Amino acid sequence: MTVYKLTRFFNKKTTSFIKSIYYRNLSSATSVSDRASFPGYKGEFSTELQFIYPENNAQIQCYRVMNRKGVVIDPSHEPKFDNESLLKMYKNMNLLSKFDMIMYEAQRQGRISFYMQNHGETAAQIGSAAALDPQDLIFAQYRESGVLLYRGFTIQQCCDQIFGNSNGSCKGKQMPVHYGSKELNFVTISSPLATQIPQAAGAAYAFKRNQNGLCVITYFGEGAASEGDAQVAMNFAAVFDVPLIFFCRNNGYAISTPVKEQYRGDGIAARGPAFGMVTIRVDGNDLFAVYNATRAARQIAVKESRPVLIEAMTYRLGHHSTSDDSTAYRSVDEINLWEKDDNPMNRFRNYLHNKGILTKEMESEMDAEHKRIILECMTKAERTKYCKPTEMFLDVYDKPTDLILKQQKELLEHLKTHKEHYPMNSYEKL
Amino acid sequence: MLVKNLTKVSQLLINSKSQIRHASAFKFAPDTAPAELGETTKMNLCQSVTNAMDISLSQDKSAVVFGEDVAFGGVFRCTVGLRDKYGKDRVFNTPLAEQGIAAFGIGLAAAGATAIAEIQFADYIFPAFDQIVNEAAKFRYRSGNLFDCGKLTIRTPTGAVGHGALYHSQSVEAFFAHSPGLKVVVPRSPIQTKGLLLSSIRDPNPVIFFEPKILYRQAVENVPVKDYEIPLGKAEVLMEGSDVTIVSWGTQVHVVKEVANIVKEKLNISCEVIDLRTIVPWDYETVCNSVSKTGRLIISHEANVTMGFGAEIAAFVQKECFLNLEAPVERVAGYDIPSIPHVYEAFFMPDKWKCIEAVKRVVNF
Ligand SMILES: Cc1ncc(C[n+]2csc(CCOP(=O)(O)OP(=O)(O)O)c2C)c(N)n1
Ligand SMILES: [Mg+2]
Repeated sequence: MTVYKLTRFFNKKTTSFIKSIYYRNLSSATSVSDRASFPGYKGEFSTELQFIYPENNAQIQCYRVMNRKGVVIDPSHEPKFDNESLLKMYKNMNLLSKFDMIMYEAQRQGRISFYMQNHGETAAQIGSAAALDPQDLIFAQYRESGVLLYRGFTIQQCCDQIFGNSNGSCKGKQMPVHYGSKELNFVTISSPLATQIPQAAGAAYAFKRNQNGLCVITYFGEGAASEGDAQVAMNFAAVFDVPLIFFCRNNGYAISTPVKEQYRGDGIAARGPAFGMVTIRVDGNDLFAVYNATRAARQIAVKESRPVLIEAMTYRLGHHSTSDDSTAYRSVDEINLWEKDDNPMNRFRNYLHNKGILTKEMESEMDAEHKRIILECMTKAERTKYCKPTEMFLDVYDKPTDLILKQQKELLEHLKTHKEHYPMNSYEKL
Repeated sequence: MLVKNLTKVSQLLINSKSQIRHASAFKFAPDTAPAELGETTKMNLCQSVTNAMDISLSQDKSAVVFGEDVAFGGVFRCTVGLRDKYGKDRVFNTPLAEQGIAAFGIGLAAAGATAIAEIQFADYIFPAFDQIVNEAAKFRYRSGNLFDCGKLTIRTPTGAVGHGALYHSQSVEAFFAHSPGLKVVVPRSPIQTKGLLLSSIRDPNPVIFFEPKILYRQAVENVPVKDYEIPLGKAEVLMEGSDVTIVSWGTQVHVVKEVANIVKEKLNISCEVIDLRTIVPWDYETVCNSVSKTGRLIISHEANVTMGFGAEIAAFVQKECFLNLEAPVERVAGYDIPSIPHVYEAFFMPDKWKCIEAVKRVVNF
């Protein structure tokens, strides 16, 4: 493989070298119709003064497998899942939506400080997760809880992180939903947007050098795609030919900012080819379309060692977060229309119903079971104490510096005489 | 719409114990505006920000207000109503990119327009760091004063809120104080905010204006309706005293004011409380005059202690007031860890108990 590539490279280089000598000799002798041969452009010259008006180009189409009613359009595109796998995916969607609902309520009651819902984007999350190798490394944004659940992150782990208790993945240091799992190859979420995207390119380069047959995937919103980091990431990934999947969730909004105020081009997909990347746009509300596209993208990324961009078109059905009331910038009618007409869960549910894989009874059992699990985990998480207060001095470095230890000692001294002013009971004993 | 069976779930939830959250402990005590500023109306800090921008937009036809989500009023509601009043070419959303926001503002200002930019959280100002530190700060200097971007003001919410965790809590003023060419302002109240923001917008230098976000709603005062300015570079002595000088800014001013009251009552220690207001240029004269009188200095801020602006004040004062000092200068500030770790905020904060201990230490030295 490597050898083959090398020869190809060599041949190409030799040919162009010979060509360049040939043309140089020719041009000094005669004037022929010459091709452009700038370092930055090799191709045809044109005598037409012609600008490109992007609006005259055909839009990039949106790949789908099922229609809105959950009916497969072209059976040759129907992925070959067994019933168990289909149910696993649906269960994950159901679990996530129940979890969203209960956590949202818990925040409203002041039991947790913050939450972000995934409502409307479950197909994009689960469909892509199902197409990956469990070892593929994930750099996500924050609205991808389904990806993590699909990999096996438990509701208990979610609750522990959200409540910030001593079992939580980041030991209470970050806000709710900033999950992370070394075991599940899911790099801990950070709040600053888009920072994870170029990092994913670096990780993919390491994978490429390891020749481990794996890829990296990075998730981000169409809003985050406006950050400088996003453009940098695409360029780096393309230049270094890394096995990286850029998975953009285009859900129509970045908090209140609609896509029409976010960019002018043909979505995020249009940027892929500009950077030299293989690109596809998919219906993000179609679980199978997302699955097929991600699976194929993975194949390209790993086999051809080059980045692939997927733009999944969807709609954020929930508020941006519990800090947001989206009716301040979009109508309830708009939300309801999407909820009813293009809801990824309804679509997949219909598919399963039509196939006789899922029945109403099974679903209500599922509902009850999931609710029970969630409430149980939540109660447990709520009862679990935070780490000791001194935990906050750890993990700044591999080992605390002397200065940090000195400050920790000052706090401990202070607490000896002022305990009563601090919520000591919520924390593990010092 | 979002939630079916919501009531049932809520019933299940209501029985168990609520997660305890601790807002940073301080008491906001409103000031009275000087009578000569005339008629007042009740405003919280958020509304005083809106009011200052409203005045700027109405008086200065070149002025524009922009940033992420500002069109619908901003995530903190500081720009509510301005788009309807002044039009969408003057109050608008930007794409989601802080370096873009800062650079766009520099360009506007360089072309003679008044640019009022919002960065959604001070924690997210870093993608714009290059534009602010290498460009805005040096625009005038590097061109030999041919060009400047003095009409640029960047507003951004700062500081602890009780549950903001690592990326919705930081106090980052010191990064910008280290960059000559920028002015840096942190107000403590609605009255102060309006006057200081109007000065910042009109100041012929780029200004970073940090708004303590926990005060947006908690701080309410009767704010003068008319247009007024509070000069940049001038600290304010809020409480006069003879034993210890305490310098602070932003939300922390309210903590140290309470400390001054407590130690007066319990220990009969008299503190002079100074609100620095402007971090750059800082009013060393007011601070040094006070320390010459009291002989003791405590600086308190939320930002990490190492290289926080308190370090600069301490170094400066020990040189200028060396012979007047009765005790080492103390800093009560954030620990040197990423600030602020979510569930540990109550322990992280330079709260009144830690400040009171510092007062005792300098007095008993
Ligand atoms: C650098 C940075 N700037 C601003 C924010 C505040 N913020 C959090 S989420 C968000 C909108 C993101 O929208 P998008 O990328 O489309 O993702 P979505 O929420 O739609 O899933 C903003 C502005 C941030 N977290 N980081
Ligand atoms: Mg979005």
